Order: sequence, then structure tokens, then C-alpha cells
Amino acid sequence: MEQRTPGKGILSWIADNLVVLIFLAFTIIGLAFSEVSFSWFLSELTGRLYRNGLLVISLIIPVVAGLGLNFGIVIGAMAGQIGVIFVRFFGLGGIGGLLLAMLVAVPLSILFGWMTGILYNKTRGQETIAGLIVGYFANGLYYFLFLFVMGVVIKMPAGHPMIGQTGIGVRNTVDLGMADQGGLKYALDNIIKIPFCQALILIAAIILILQALRFVRKKQEMKVKKNRILTFVNMALCVAVIAVGAVSIATKNSLTTVVKVPVVTVLLIVAACVFTELILKTKLGQDFKSVGQSQSISEVSGINVDRTRIIAVIISTVLASWGQIIFLQNVGTLNVYNAHTQVGMFAVASILVGGASTAKATVRQAFVGTILFNAMFIMSPEIGQAVFGQALLGEYFRTFMVYGVIGFALGLYTWKANRKSRLTI
Amino acid sequence: MNENKKSPWSLLVDKLSFPTLIIAALFALILVIGHIMGLSVATLLSDTVKRSGMWGIMVLAMLPSIQSGTGPNFALPVGVECGLFAITIAIEFGFTGWSWFVVSILLGSALAIVVGFLYGKLLNAVKGSEMAIATYTGFSITAFMCILWLVVPFRSPNMGWFIGQGLRETIQLDVVEADKLLNELWDFQIGKDFIFPTGMILFCVVCCVVVWLFFRSKAGVAISAVGSSNSFAEASGLNIYRSRVLANVISTVLGAIGIVVYSQSYGYVQLYNAPLTMAFTAVAAILIGGASAARAKVFHVILGVFLFQGLMTSAPPVANKVFAGTDLSDILRMVIQNGVILYALTKVKKGGEQ
Repeated sequence: MEQRTPGKGILSWIADNLVVLIFLAFTIIGLAFSEVSFSWFLSELTGRLYRNGLLVISLIIPVVAGLGLNFGIVIGAMAGQIGVIFVRFFGLGGIGGLLLAMLVAVPLSILFGWMTGILYNKTRGQETIAGLIVGYFANGLYYFLFLFVMGVVIKMPAGHPMIGQTGIGVRNTVDLGMADQGGLKYALDNIIKIPFCQALILIAAIILILQALRFVRKKQEMKVKKNRILTFVNMALCVAVIAVGAVSIATKNSLTTVVKVPVVTVLLIVAACVFTELILKTKLGQDFKSVGQSQSISEVSGINVDRTRIIAVIISTVLASWGQIIFLQNVGTLNVYNAHTQVGMFAVASILVGGASTAKATVRQAFVGTILFNAMFIMSPEIGQAVFGQALLGEYFRTFMVYGVIGFALGLYTWKANRKSRLTI
Repeated sequence: MNENKKSPWSLLVDKLSFPTLIIAALFALILVIGHIMGLSVATLLSDTVKRSGMWGIMVLAMLPSIQSGTGPNFALPVGVECGLFAITIAIEFGFTGWSWFVVSILLGSALAIVVGFLYGKLLNAVKGSEMAIATYTGFSITAFMCILWLVVPFRSPNMGWFIGQGLRETIQLDVVEADKLLNELWDFQIGKDFIFPTGMILFCVVCCVVVWLFFRSKAGVAISAVGSSNSFAEASGLNIYRSRVLANVISTVLGAIGIVVYSQSYGYVQLYNAPLTMAFTAVAAILIGGASAARAKVFHVILGVFLFQGLMTSAPPVANKVFAGTDLSDILRMVIQNGVILYALTKVKKGGEQ
């Protein structure tokens, strides 16, 4: 780190976190001007966090392995949907049905991920655009499977609720049915649920204990003043959160009306985070990192670059397929031909808002990004309605933000990289 | 068709690319099946010529950017939106008929020169990932223009909703006497079903010839040199960045002109999300014609737009006859369009990896 003058430091910090700041400002403006209550906002936001969390996390490993942002997770989402359709076709449901859907999705997404990986190896340096296009391409095959193969090639029972009257093709929307009535909706979410405030206190308490342990154990780290202050700030924040939670429960204020937390879903997302962190510490993870750093040096040091990259894509695709299943069991209806199309775009925009780039992505960025992105997503139509009297305007604005954020982040990264390479030459 | 060529079959395969042959074979097959199923091949070909004319200039817009080394212009919506904005302005100020057409083209080109210049500058800044960033630039511009269409204070009753603010999703062109303006200029009929839209085809041919001539001029040769080798071009004293900007200005202008021609033939102006995926169709067409992501000729444009649009117009009626109750045409479009682009991407030479 070079020494900077304080004023310049602030400016460059703003420049580095421009996207985050815009999204934050947007959310605050939305809360201030629109009619929505904070608890409704929190309900929507946390709901979307559980729903989209795993999809965003599935992007991390390909970034580390130098493949950039894997727009190809759309194909993983398709695998997840094939699993769900398979399960619902035979009328299965509940947690068993959900697990079966996940199981069916695994070999499919491994196969799809393997093929996507081979494609990425052949389109080296252009993975971003290749991922986008391969999603569109696979969409055609997916339509072919459900609109043509199911019905024309494989005869389907015409009276089946999922098949249209002609006996050709799967219906546009498939109702997944409630989990307690043998369906899939909330099959995972409803296993254990705890109220939001209690969950808040619990999580804050866990973080507080972890921070305290860290303070006691890692004496060396704590000698640095910055680290010490950060730990104290974190601990203070945790105490504050616990206090807010406790007061809310005592006074039964609006925070208690926030939707309950689906424990198993959250645990699954946390497990995916831990998995991602742990795998990066293994030999394979080291290979990911070194391939991400430089393919030619990795090749020389005996790493099978192509194979490593394919494994990264496979992991990403499998995680995405499960992510989509979690998403669907929460939504409760499957838009057979639309549900997956935007998945890649939204997940990529989320992680980019969190500060990730084509070359660097962490669990923290995925988490922060998902919250900020979805906050913008919720508030945008509200602001459009409140400020301009047109909700549609807000919807167009958020579409603009999705595309804009992706384009801006990709552009900024390439521009910086180009400038750096010109300097070293 | 093959008999006319003096060269043997193998030479033809060498000359045409793999996607060209596949799509040509598929197109021929569909025409044959259509004929057997009792469809009028003349009608299918008539529609093919019409659709090729509609798309021709937008496919031509791919050529300059490919030649300059920035890859196919995935940001075609940038030019298209310039054209659409010019069209709406021309309607707002009450131009009708040919004056509408001329004003739309001139104003669209003027806008496209400015916007294309900025877009070219952007591409220079992000050299190396042009295709991905161009795609998102196109998407962003489309989304931005959606907002604009909603808030623009135009008052012409031909464009607005009956109630509320903003412009309609589709604007009819017959009310400004511009429906099929170019198509019906000097058009003639051959037989019962075949109509040749002379005016539009002529306009496309003129554009093709202009571009062809341009790439024989000094500036055009410089663009091609920059596209084939940066270091060589630099060594011969060419300004790489200026050539790239110029190429993308031309590409954007062609996009703007292209949408005006497209809209008059269609009879409607489509706003909002309509331009979002237009780039992919145009990119696929030039690639089917035999271009790569780094090299293209006017011949590729003409052959590609004819084959791809031919396939796209002939497939739906034929598929509906053969497999009643299914919609295979959209599936076919998705698989072919994106499959061809993927195939081209696998052929892109790897940029300098350290």
C-alpha cells in the first residue's frame, strides 16, 4: 500500500465503492420517500436473500479459477428445474421429493457443467460472452425437451395436470403444491422456522462469541491497532443488534412482524459458503487460485489447467442447480419456460454490486451484494410510484441498473487491467 | 446452383465455411419438404427476399466492427436506438411519407455519428473484452431508452397512449404514410406469389456497394489492417484507436439506417424491449454467411442474411405442417442463432495471455 494524502484517500475510496454507495443511497431514498414500512421491506429483503443466496454463491469458484463471471449457471438452473419437473410429474413432494429433485439434478448438472467447461476451454478469454450465449443456446434445447420431446417423441398421458390437453409439451406454469399436502412449496423452508428477532439475536450472539474467541486466541493479530479496533466495532455492533432484538420482542414492535427465518434453508446456504471457503484451502483450491493467476505458469508447474477449469465449472453448475431448487420451493410455482432465463444476469449483477470483479470474488461480496441488489430491486418500483407516479418507470430503471452494473463492472475491470499492462510495458 | 461453379466440390467446401454449408443444406431441405407438403415455395422465397431486405443493413453493420478487430457489433441496439429516436422525432414534427423517411435516416445517422464516436472510445478503453462489454452496452442502452420512451414529452397522437404518459409499444406507420414506403417503390410481381420489393433491395445494395467501396479507400484499408494485426498496423504508422472508432461509427450509423428500413417494411415501429436481442440475430446472420469474428466481406453479409432469414421465414410454416401443435420454429432459431455464435467464439484467437 502506497501512502496517500487523506483527501485523495477518501476520493479513491468513493471511486472504488461507487456502485455500493449508489445502491445504498437508492435504498435509503426509497425508504424515506415511499410508503413502504421498514418491516415489510425487511421481510421482502430477507426472503429474497434466502431465495437467491445459493445462486449467487455458485459464482465464486469460477471467478477464483479465472473463468470470470459464469453466466452459464443458467444451465445449472435448468438442471434444477428438470429435477423439479421430474419429481412433480410423478406427484412426489415433501422433503423426500425435494431431496429426490436435488439428487436428479446432480448428474444432469455435472454433465452440463462438464460440457460448458469444455466450451469455456475452447473460448478462452471470451468466457463471459460465451457463457451468456451458451445459456441462450441451452434454452433452445431445454424448450425442445419440454415442448417437443415430451409429447412427440415420448408419448405423454394427455390428462396429466402438467401436460396440456393436446398431450404435447409441458404447461407454461406448474403449481408445485404445498409441502404439507404432498407438494414442494416450502418443503425446505417450513421444516424449522424461528421468528426474525430471535434469529437476529442468535446470529449476533454467535458472531459475538466468535469475535471474542478471536480476540483471546489470536494475540499476534490483535497487536495491530486497526484489527483491534475492527474487532471492537464488530462486537459493539453485535451487542447493539442483540439489544434491538430484545427490545423488539419486549415491546412487540413492527420488527416482530418480519417473516420468520427458514433455518434449514439458511443452514444450507451457510454450508455452501463454508464449502466454498474450505475447498479453496485444499490442493484443488490452490490449483483454482494458481490457474486463476496465470494459466501458463500453472501449466508449467504441472497443473492440468483444462481439467481444473472444468471442475470449477461443474461445482458452480451443481450449486446453481440446487440454488434454483431452493428458489423454486420458496416461490411455489414453476414458470417452466421463464424461471431460469434471468438467473445468471441477476446473480452476476448481485455479486458485482458486492464489489466482486472478473478476477476476485468472496463469500462476503456475494452476501453484501445480494442484500444491496435485492434492496434496489424491491425499492425501484416503489420509488417510481412515489416520486414519479409510475411503477413501470421504476421497473425499467431496475432493468437498466442490472445491465448497467454488469456492463460498468466488466468495463471498469478491463479498463484498469489495460492501464496496468500498459504501465508495466 | 453448384453447377455454375467451375471449382470442384472440395474447393467449394474450402471456400464456404462449415456453418454456411449446414444452414444452406437445412434451408434447401425445408424448401423441399415445404414443396412436398403443398406449400408455395414462391411465397416462401418472396418472404425470404423481403426479410433479407429488412435485416440486410443491420447485418451489414457487423462488417466494419469485425474488420477493425472489435468483433461483431453486439452493441447493435446502440445504433438501432439512434434510428428509433430519429423516427419518433420525425413523426412528432409531422413529417410524412418520403420526407419522414429522409429525415429519419439523416437525423438517425447524425445521432449515430455522435453516439458511435463515444461508443468507439469506450471500446478502445476496454480493448480485449469488447464482445462481452458491447453486449451489455447494448442491453443498457435499450433499458435506458425504455425509461426515455416513457417520459419523453412527445405530443403526437400517432405515438402516445390514449391515456397516460409515454409512447406506445408499437407505432403504426400507415398513419404517417410510411408503411412499406421503400418496399412498394418499383416493386413487381413474378408469377402468382412472388413479389420483389425493388426499392428496399436496391437501397440495401447501394449501402453494400458504399461499404464495399469504403473498404477499398485509404481509411477502409487502414481499418482492415488494424483488424488483422495491431502490431503490424502500428509499425506502418496507422493510428489503431482512430481506425477502431471510425469503424464503430460506421457500424452504428448502419444500425440506425437499418432500423428505419426495417420499420418501414414491417409497417410498425417497435419501441421498448424490441431491440434488445436484435444484435444476436444480425451477428448470427453474418457468421452464417461465412464471416469469422475477425474477418468479414460484403459477400458474407448478403449470403448470410439470405440463408438465415430464409431459414427463419420458411421454417415456421413448414414445421407447423409437419408437426402440428408444436412450435419448433422458435426453438430452431435459438439453437441455430446461438450455436453459430458459439462456433465462431471457439475460433477466436486467444488474446495475449501473460
